[in-house]
Amino acid sequence: MALSILLVVCFLANISLGSVYIPLNDVFNSLMGNATEQETWQHIIRNYRLPKAITAILVGSGLGISGLLMQTLFRNPLAGPFVLGISSGASLGVALVILGSSVFGGVFALFLISKWSIVIAASLGSFLVLLAVLMVSLKVRDTMAILIIGLMFASITSAIVSVLSYFGSAQQLQQYIFWGFGSLGNLSWDELLIFFIIYSIGLMVSLASVKSLNTMLLGENYAKSLGLNIKRSRFAIIMATSLLAGTITAFAGPIAFIGLAIPHLTRQVFNSSNHKILLPAVFLFGGIVMLICDSIAQVPNSDYTLPINAITSLVGAPVVIWLLVRKRKMVF
Amino acid sequence: MAIGYASKKERVVVASNINIELCKGELVGLVGVNGVGKSTLLRTLTNVQNGLGGDIFINDKNIKHYAALDLAKVLSLVLTEQLMSKNLSVFEIVALGRQPYTNWVGNLSENDLTIINTAIIQTNISDLKHKRCFELSDGQLQKVMIARALAQDTDLIILDEPTTHLDIYHKVYTLKLLQKLAKETNKTILFSSHEIDLAIQLCDKLIVMTPNQVVSDMPCNLILNGTFKSLFPEDLIAFDEKTGSFRVKK
Repeated sequence: MALSILLVVCFLANISLGSVYIPLNDVFNSLMGNATEQETWQHIIRNYRLPKAITAILVGSGLGISGLLMQTLFRNPLAGPFVLGISSGASLGVALVILGSSVFGGVFALFLISKWSIVIAASLGSFLVLLAVLMVSLKVRDTMAILIIGLMFASITSAIVSVLSYFGSAQQLQQYIFWGFGSLGNLSWDELLIFFIIYSIGLMVSLASVKSLNTMLLGENYAKSLGLNIKRSRFAIIMATSLLAGTITAFAGPIAFIGLAIPHLTRQVFNSSNHKILLPAVFLFGGIVMLICDSIAQVPNSDYTLPINAITSLVGAPVVIWLLVRKRKMVF
Repeated sequence: MAIGYASKKERVVVASNINIELCKGELVGLVGVNGVGKSTLLRTLTNVQNGLGGDIFINDKNIKHYAALDLAKVLSLVLTEQLMSKNLSVFEIVALGRQPYTNWVGNLSENDLTIINTAIIQTNISDLKHKRCFELSDGQLQKVMIARALAQDTDLIILDEPTTHLDIYHKVYTLKLLQKLAKETNKTILFSSHEIDLAIQLCDKLIVMTPNQVVSDMPCNLILNGTFKSLFPEDLIAFDEKTGSFRVKK
């Protein structure tokens, strides 16, 4: 409950802060649909800051939840949303578009590099890797083998990216690196709608998996003896993760750290392993942390915008370290 | 029934001509030398792996014809494997035994709570209810896992070596608890064990596995017809029929 209020507060704070100073009551006015003192303020709030804040919540909560799913599925505290190679798949797609243009011809490239082409390339890349992992997950009996296979996919794709980088020009490399920084802004309402729809499906599947996740806490054989269909539950969990992490990477770039750290943060604070508690809590924590990180990345009242990927780690890592050291006992 | 492993290339028959019948309210021990196929038998009985021939019936219904969820309502397990999350509370673990009966989010009904609490009382772990698993000793954890199986409310409970890692007192405690539960709840309880002398004293029936045959009978009959004498290689230990236990050869 307190967390939901905190989420709303962070949401409002995030909208109020930015490179242009906008008084608080004007922020409210434009959110409520009333006129503001300056026409541009309303434009900034409605078409820039509001979609960005919503994106931050979706990204933070989605990555947190997929991290939680992976950690439970793989019984591994080091697992995160990207262990199955989803972000590597997306990176490969984007790298092919940005860097591959020198390989595939220049004229073609100018036409290709638009925002949507990057989103589509990232989605396609993560989708293909996901498809491969899902097929493997239906064949392989041992869950740990899926983890290793995911890691292998990741190294194959990153190897291809390295080769592409070697041939890429300096400008292309810079563009690719900038994509890798992650970005919450620049999403139009149309894009946000598509993002939201896919995100919601992923969230729904995660919610439906709560019971099987809890059963899995006993270990796979016990779960089976309780009548759980392991392969089907595993499929659903991987599906949910891919939908969440896949769209997030497509629209916001490979955002690190949040997916790994938020579940740990939540477990430490709530001291529980029950997914009925953890899932909503991770949702709220993810949203809050992402909003805070984004507010910091904006560097209020200045023109700089720092890479969000750097901020999440810089702010988040010390918090997790502090929590683990203070408690002395890791909850998992 | 025959058990073992079948692959495309070959069939490895671990044991064959197995004919066992278990009745309600019976505590049954499964004993045999290491590697004779106790685990294979249990894995086959619990439908974790397929048998090589023959059928298994629970309540007159072939185990193959049970849906996974229905099987979970007639057969529960206590395994040797480690729990994945040691952070669960004792109550939460026992409550997970109700998973086959709960709705899609796993909410517990009044009836579920009653059954969980009964299981907790029957296994004497009321005082541990709110402890977390990493705080428990091996003996306590074993009781919790038995409570979880009880909460699953099945006619048959199968335990894989429930007495390993326990001291002699807790071995007896656990087996006595199983004996009491079988009588009180009229469930069939089958466990595998290396504690042959304890099993002889406490079980209603014993299944003795040797490489050549699988016999099941009451412990006193098995002693009389000398089944235990041939259980192990005879160079180191011998079975003493008077005390019903094994002695080291001097």
